[in-house]
Amino acid sequence: MQHYSGFGLLKHALHYHEDWQRVWRNPTPKKKYDVIIIGAGGHGLATAYYLAKEHGITNVAVLEKGHLGGGNIARNTTIVRSNYLWDESAALYEHSMKLWEGLSQDLNYNVMFSQRGVYHTCHTLGDMRSNERLVAANRLQGIDNEMVDAEQLQKEIPSLDCSKGARYPIMGASVQRRAGNARHDAVAWGYARAADALGVDLIQNCEVIDMEISEGKITGVKTKQYGVLKADRVGCVVAGNSGVLAKMAGFELPVESHPLQALVSEPIKPFLDTVVMSNHVHGYMSQSDKGDLVIGAGIDGWVGYGQRGSYGIIEHTIQAIVEMFPCTSRVRMNRQWGGIVDACPDASPIISDTPVKNLFFNCGWGTGGFKGTPGSGNLFAHTLAHGKPHPIAEPFSMYRFHTGALIDEHGAAGVAH
Amino acid sequence: MLLIYCPHCGEHRDEEEFHSKGQAHIARPLDPDNCTDKEWGEYLFFRKNPRGLHHELWIHATGCRKFFNVTRDTVSYEIKEVYKIGERPSVVATAS
Repeated sequence: MQHYSGFGLLKHALHYHEDWQRVWRNPTPKKKYDVIIIGAGGHGLATAYYLAKEHGITNVAVLEKGHLGGGNIARNTTIVRSNYLWDESAALYEHSMKLWEGLSQDLNYNVMFSQRGVYHTCHTLGDMRSNERLVAANRLQGIDNEMVDAEQLQKEIPSLDCSKGARYPIMGASVQRRAGNARHDAVAWGYARAADALGVDLIQNCEVIDMEISEGKITGVKTKQYGVLKADRVGCVVAGNSGVLAKMAGFELPVESHPLQALVSEPIKPFLDTVVMSNHVHGYMSQSDKGDLVIGAGIDGWVGYGQRGSYGIIEHTIQAIVEMFPCTSRVRMNRQWGGIVDACPDASPIISDTPVKNLFFNCGWGTGGFKGTPGSGNLFAHTLAHGKPHPIAEPFSMYRFHTGALIDEHGAAGVAH
Repeated sequence: MLLIYCPHCGEHRDEEEFHSKGQAHIARPLDPDNCTDKEWGEYLFFRKNPRGLHHELWIHATGCRKFFNVTRDTVSYEIKEVYKIGERPSVVATAS
């Protein structure tokens, strides 16, 4: 793999940037792999990378029905934070956060991770109490999170309407200062490049149409383009399409797929150097390096695979943003899109073995999968390498919906993706 | 945005008036006292999540506040039929 550096950039400039190496190979699949990962999104690519790097398993294929990094990793609003309520999720997201903090160096690829802080505004006494509880819980878990009052918040974010005249006046906010955002596409590309360099085969335009299962054990997958590919273990990391693959394997999952939307405005001058989200008026916003306002919305409450959402959701979201940032009322929106998120009843993900032996699922990340990308891949790689979950991933078994040991994160997940 | 026909009101109304309540026709266990944890868990949390035809329960939340069923395509979002509680769907998926 060609090492990226400032010096390299200078060197290639002398050749008019015409002799850069291909970032990853485009191999034809082998007939047999140690591990097949279905889905070359952020989580799938991260899984492949850590399998090769930390567990020395390089005979790995990542199968992708479209192009790599073309699903939710290309569609999300790039927020990274780890201030979840319960110990299980805090451990999971903090594991991820620690990987984020060294990711650009680790991958030799600039993922533009920017710890610009994430604020959760509180508009009611109930909001204040739940955020204070969250802050207290996070401190016990060793995760940074703090409360600021409305006056302080106004100083930190001048464009935010913290006046008493607002329809839902802001009483305060919690802020995780280590949180922030990252360049979403770069995360997929960085992991893809690093995994490829370690020998992982990235197979694009390869759709899985069936599972090869005999005597309750998976032996491979059937693909549309390359027929049957054998594998000792198979990991499914297909987000919104998890239900479709589970059906192929003959079981149901406790997930439902919903369209989730986001939108960006025309680029404007920098005025917001952080991320602000409100669970109460239900909207969140940050400003990208290009200057567009990145605005996030809610899911449609019904099952949908259409990768587009309802107009009503956009309208509600924009109302919330204009309520919080009145100065944005005349900004024009440039693009709007949707992605399919697979949501669990308890708003926590699934990293789990399944009723089929040697088949593992990593899904149910719902509206907040981006922040989990490194941690999810790291833990799922452990699960695939050892055939049993990492201690941090253990509580996230799909069987928690049988035992009742749910990890209810509806409060901490909120609107905040 | 869906335009939904409420079989109780006899009118098409905007989706905003309705609320989706998820998969329809989930039968409550007949003998709840003797259910295993697995059976309870599956009843409460495990759902069909089809890419294609789906039978759903909806409520006309800001209208007549009554429940009814909808058969809808989850890819095209086209509503194939609307039918009342207790009735069976006439449009069903051919495979599975």
